[in-house]
Amino acid sequence: MSVREALPDAPPRAPVTHARPKRRGGWRYAGTVALFLLPSLVPLVLYTLIPMVGSFWTSLHEWDLITEMRWVGLGNYVELIGDPDTRAAFLHTLYFIAGYLPLVYLGGLGLAVLLNRAMPARGLLRGVYFLPVITSWVVVALMWKWLLNPASGIVNWALGLVGVSGPGWWTDPDWAMPSIILASAWKDLGFVMIILLAGLQAIPREYQEAAMVDGATAWRRFRHITLPLLSPSTFFVVVISLINGFQVFDQVQIMTGGGPGGATQVVVSQIYDLTFRYGRAGAASALSWLLFALVLLVTIVQIRGQRRWVTYG
Amino acid sequence: MSRHIKIAGAVAAAALLATACSQGSATRGTTAEAGGKVTLRYFTFSAAPDHVKDLDTIEKAFEKENPNVDVVVETAPFDQYFTKLQTSIAGGTAPDTFELNYENFVTYASAGSLLDLGTVAGDGDTSVYAQESLNAFKQDGKQYGLPASFSTVVLFYNKDLFDKAGVPVPTADWTWEDEQAAAEKLTDRKKGVYGDFQPVQFFEFYKTLKQTGGEFLSADGKKSAFNSPQGVKAANWLVSKVGKTMPTEAEIGGTADYDTNLFKSGKLAMWHNGIWQFAGLKDVPFEWDVVVEPGDSAKASAVFHNAVAASSTTKHGKEAWAWARFLSASNTAATTRIQSSWELPPISDQQILSGYLKDPKPANRQAVFDSLKSIALPPVIKRQQEMQDAVTKELSEAAAGRKSVEDALKAAATEVDALLG
Repeated sequence: MSVREALPDAPPRAPVTHARPKRRGGWRYAGTVALFLLPSLVPLVLYTLIPMVGSFWTSLHEWDLITEMRWVGLGNYVELIGDPDTRAAFLHTLYFIAGYLPLVYLGGLGLAVLLNRAMPARGLLRGVYFLPVITSWVVVALMWKWLLNPASGIVNWALGLVGVSGPGWWTDPDWAMPSIILASAWKDLGFVMIILLAGLQAIPREYQEAAMVDGATAWRRFRHITLPLLSPSTFFVVVISLINGFQVFDQVQIMTGGGPGGATQVVVSQIYDLTFRYGRAGAASALSWLLFALVLLVTIVQIRGQRRWVTYG
Repeated sequence: MSRHIKIAGAVAAAALLATACSQGSATRGTTAEAGGKVTLRYFTFSAAPDHVKDLDTIEKAFEKENPNVDVVVETAPFDQYFTKLQTSIAGGTAPDTFELNYENFVTYASAGSLLDLGTVAGDGDTSVYAQESLNAFKQDGKQYGLPASFSTVVLFYNKDLFDKAGVPVPTADWTWEDEQAAAEKLTDRKKGVYGDFQPVQFFEFYKTLKQTGGEFLSADGKKSAFNSPQGVKAANWLVSKVGKTMPTEAEIGGTADYDTNLFKSGKLAMWHNGIWQFAGLKDVPFEWDVVVEPGDSAKASAVFHNAVAASSTTKHGKEAWAWARFLSASNTAATTRIQSSWELPPISDQQILSGYLKDPKPANRQAVFDSLKSIALPPVIKRQQEMQDAVTKELSEAAAGRKSVEDALKAAATEVDALLG
């Protein structure tokens, strides 16, 4: 915004009523802007943009990390697109998102609404639910692996008490992805809760009161006031969670390593295996770019689509 | 391609993939030489956790003989070792010397990552080595690694369990059928006692395939040959144990060292594993022994070969040679390995080797040497890891009952052929 204001876009004859951009403008102004941007610009260029260029360059080669790179042009992309393993990895990722996104959003919304009310120990509870968010994925994944251990886990033990024979969880290909979804939703619940809680608190009380005076039921107030006014927060949460979903990796690596029988091999696991197990950094970089293209596309669609349903108070 | 691009690529790959793996000890920068002392890094997978002390003994002895060299040992578990080695080479921080196994030697030698030891050996003599071991680490007539140790896989058995069940203990004449019959009698699932444990994976498969007279690859090495009646028989042999005489994946529940602990707790009658387990079983409260693995139509034992190699980028070639040689063939190293049952030194001196037989436990140590009479070397191809993973994955599908053995082998053969193509 400030850059745009700085441009001399005012009509030529408009009276000068405030400090003209010109006085602030020029190299000195650009220098000041650059100075303020520096702290985030340097890491961005160093750790994101340059590596991205490097990885694109790598994606055009065959490279096992230890020998010279060999130019293959778009060969890696062509191979990946026809490869059933790639297709499986994308399908598994979509399966993860399909389970994770609704679970984490609805769970987070429920918690946010609950913890927005006056209740004892509210601050403590908010903190407790946020705790998993700041916990390392390694810790969380190991914990869930133990909880869901088919042989000695507490979940199957508890299920056994009520006469249910628990599934094989992460050792069973049908249950492995649900296990990972469960762990992921549990960990990220607090994040969604905090964002939505902030959104809820930004909704002016007057609207609710006015609706109450008009005799609206609690559900109608939630449906027609809270939800629409919460939509900017919802939008943010959905965008972030989708991107996180596409990049799911840590929990998969620790809980199943892509198994059993490849049932949880997601795109990033595939990228990891290609590079570090199979010495195919070129193909891995190409797959990273395919994933990037998909995430970009989905995000653009979301941003375009937000006009239809996101209400900015 | 210049080194800069390589490094940029490595940084790129590492950062964009956001794997954020801590590179750990393998990528520590090369240390400066303090006080004219040469710091020589050595990266190993076979020392930790049971033999760090033994490696330390060898290292101290070497440093005493070579006071100007300071050897710095870095270890990693086997399943992370090659990832770390690869990234450290790509990042230009390769250790001066490192351990390599036979399966991965070809990859690294062909990649030009290894120093031709002939260029730094001086008048170093290699006649102390068992020549077939030495030749295993040669490529195009160049010695890229010195054989440091070898080990074989044998059948461990819990003598007490056999005696209690009144089953005669395994002998060298046993076949698969004998093993299976005994395993069925010894399994008592209610007590959590299992008759047998043999992992369903690539390494067991290529070996059992050979035990039943099959071949993994065609003679010219260009096609898979394991999707055959013998292949089906070998795979069936492995798969049929799961859930009957051996626990299933779900029962194991991903527990680390499950089989080791099962055997140590006296609840496993027969265990297919390597002789590197000897040291860890010293103090178990029951009688155990080993025999050469039963075969089907033939005997075949897996042999694992490890070597010491030097990085092609090391600045201390001479010291690297001296260390590699000391670690692999010096009397100190050989006797330390033998006394601690830390695999076997690949030396030709029978005098030293016979010391291995003096250790009273296990009684039938001779089986280790007997197993060398008919060995099965792993098939090695350029895309080794992918082949191993593909075969293991398909076999575990069959083991879990999600695929028939025939379908699993067919799928594995298609994948391996694609990797060879």
